[in-house]
Amino acid sequence: MSKGSAFKGRTSGVRHQRSGLSLDDARQAASPPSDAQTLSPKPQTLNPSPDQLLTIDLHKSYRKGATEVPVLRGVSMSVRAGEFLAIVGQSGCGKSTLLHLLGTLDAPDRGEIYYGGRRIDNLPAAGRDALRNHDFGMIFQFYHLLPELTTLENVLSPLMIAEGVWTYLSRRRAHRRRAEELLGLVGLSHRLKHRPRELSGGEMQRAAIARALVADPKLLLADEPTGNLDQSTGVEIIRILRDLNRQRNVTIVMVTHDLSIANQADRIVRLADGRIVE
Amino acid sequence: MYKLLLCWRYLRTRYIALASVISVTLGVATMIVVNSVMQGFGSEMQDRLHSIYSDLVFASVSLEGMRDASLHEEQIRKVAGDQIEAMSPTVVTEAILNYQFRGNWVTRQVELIGIDEKTQSLVSGFGRYLQHPANRAAMSFDLRETGYDVRDHQSGPEAPDRKQMRQAGWERRREMARLMEFQRHYEQRRNSAGSNDGAAVQLPPQQPGAKLPAQQAGEKSAKAGTTNTGPSKAGTTNGAGAAKARTTNGDSGDPFGARMFPDMPAQENVFNPAKQQNTGVVIGIALVSYRAHDGADWFRLLPGDDIKLTFPTNGQPPKATSDDFTVVDFYESKMADSDGKLVFVPLRKLQELRGMIDPTTGVGQVNAIQIKVKPGVDPQVVRDKLQAAFPRELYSVSTWRDMQVSLLSAVEMEITVLNILLFFIIAVAGFGILAIFYMIVVEKTRDIGILKSLGASRHGVMGIFLGYGLSLGLVGSGVGMIAGLLVVRYINEIAKFVGWLNGRPVFDPSIYYFYKIPTVVLPQTVLCIVLGALAIAVAASILPARRAARLHPVEALRYE
Repeated sequence: MSKGSAFKGRTSGVRHQRSGLSLDDARQAASPPSDAQTLSPKPQTLNPSPDQLLTIDLHKSYRKGATEVPVLRGVSMSVRAGEFLAIVGQSGCGKSTLLHLLGTLDAPDRGEIYYGGRRIDNLPAAGRDALRNHDFGMIFQFYHLLPELTTLENVLSPLMIAEGVWTYLSRRRAHRRRAEELLGLVGLSHRLKHRPRELSGGEMQRAAIARALVADPKLLLADEPTGNLDQSTGVEIIRILRDLNRQRNVTIVMVTHDLSIANQADRIVRLADGRIVE
Repeated sequence: MYKLLLCWRYLRTRYIALASVISVTLGVATMIVVNSVMQGFGSEMQDRLHSIYSDLVFASVSLEGMRDASLHEEQIRKVAGDQIEAMSPTVVTEAILNYQFRGNWVTRQVELIGIDEKTQSLVSGFGRYLQHPANRAAMSFDLRETGYDVRDHQSGPEAPDRKQMRQAGWERRREMARLMEFQRHYEQRRNSAGSNDGAAVQLPPQQPGAKLPAQQAGEKSAKAGTTNTGPSKAGTTNGAGAAKARTTNGDSGDPFGARMFPDMPAQENVFNPAKQQNTGVVIGIALVSYRAHDGADWFRLLPGDDIKLTFPTNGQPPKATSDDFTVVDFYESKMADSDGKLVFVPLRKLQELRGMIDPTTGVGQVNAIQIKVKPGVDPQVVRDKLQAAFPRELYSVSTWRDMQVSLLSAVEMEITVLNILLFFIIAVAGFGILAIFYMIVVEKTRDIGILKSLGASRHGVMGIFLGYGLSLGLVGSGVGMIAGLLVVRYINEIAKFVGWLNGRPVFDPSIYYFYKIPTVVLPQTVLCIVLGALAIAVAASILPARRAARLHPVEALRYE
């Protein structure tokens, strides 16, 4: 979306912006080209709406043998740009399913999803892949780092997916600098060469956040990011997300069942029985 | 980029997959070794066949042959002169070879070829296969004094020496002549003694080995026309001398022969086997030799010995005629088929004996003209050209391949069948890769989900596993190629070692005509094998890769 510009954190100069979209855009336009300009261009939509993400009457059910189990029964909600939204609910109420639908990992049976004014639930596979790669960053309960790659390589993996061999190699220094910067941001500068299995849970989740941020997404989708962590580590992770949202203006949609965690968000939506209840 | 990185990491962390390509490695190595050895045998054989026969044979269809070789050669030059390097006329006929070995007459059926010794070596490899260095340089049907190869010039250092060849040449001939002369004297003395005083009655029966050379000597004398051995000489020798001679007459190193008859008159008009030779003949080495299990060759006769050839005349109907010849060299092409069949005599002499010379003009008939084409010229082109220019009813033109087509195609078919069978081995290895890849995809299900959630496309995920298959194939066939080439390089050492383990040689030189296993590595064959193995490895990874690509990201992420 548009103002993808919201955060071009490649240079430290723009790191601490808190300005709104328009200001940010103006600044970007005015500033001399930095290496941020080398990033692949983001898809632009013509008329950005304040609702970055909008769902209309989403339905989704899973088949279990012969019976159909409805999970979502008409979810309509919206997320504004720069918002930190928490979706809470009981286990099995469909929060993760909703998040997967938002992240285009799965398609709804019925209903529509708009991202920046563009419908995304019916995009072709290539379009959805690009969206996940460029515009969305995902954080999972079980971190989901690739065990064969080092921390640094894991963080770089979205860029590797985005670019061909030659493009990637020609930009690898800039990419590496950016990945190291992000790992520094989450406090993992000393773990660059470690494999995921050598990291603690908190470290893995922080690496996963760095990975989610590396492609400069507009939207972070977090699925129980603290679900597998102890209290204090979880708090730390939430603080990182909080800071990202505040300092970098990243829109965050977080799914959790822990109300104390959810309370850190700007807004809380409760999901029960496949519907939004408040 | 992530595909390369992940392929590389999978390659380095999944040793079980490497195990699955061992069969590819073995298959590739086996195919390279088998192909190289078969190719080695094949090209060695082709080489030898080619050098036995000339590039082209221009033959007369009728038995009588063509009347004038030089006239035909002129015509051939007119048709394709710029593509022809050399020509040589030949007469070919069936013949019977007789020679004596330990008193027994040995009979062999042979192919008798009359050749022009000046030009024969120009059109074929004939010259290369002779045993005297001077004959290899310039062929002559005159017996050489000595100097025949003791060491087989076509074999490596592992071939045992042919010690008998030290005696070959005039040395041998003089020795045999002396022996024969001695024998003849002995026979005569015995006969005269028998008629004089009946003393021979008490003599023990002759050893069979001594009897038959005596007969041969008798024939020789008959041929010479006269036998001149003074009865007075028989009278001067006493009974003691006869007894001595009897005990030593089987020994070719007998020193008595020379001493006993030092005063024998040399008669120039009489054939003297010690000084004269019959018409020279080059005979195939396998006709007179056998190979012991240690690879040493033993000869039943040597250059310098006489043989008898019987062959049909050119008349209508043909009659048998025969003549004596003196072996002047051995022909050893290392093709058992030729070495055990071919006998070469001078063209002119054979024409004479067969009545092929026109009494008025003195021009001899020939059966065929051997043609060597210039380097780089395809013999088939020249063949077609000549065949078109000369009437098919009278002349046939064929290349050396045409003449050996059954043998050559049999070898080619063997190679093909072996290759098909061996390729199945690699194909079986492909199923091993398929199974292990499937397991790896299942194991990596979650990772595939992660990649998809990060935006990897179906093609990308598929590419990872196809690339993984390709790199496994590269490793497998690369190692296989190196192993195969190393085995080919050291195949003789390996054969020796295996022979040592078994206690009996793998490659018995008494069966094969080579002392070493011949190998030829064709780069294009190696390339085909490696590419084939790669293709199988990639093909085997297609199914698992498609499965990986089709995994649903959400289900993949949930997979435990």
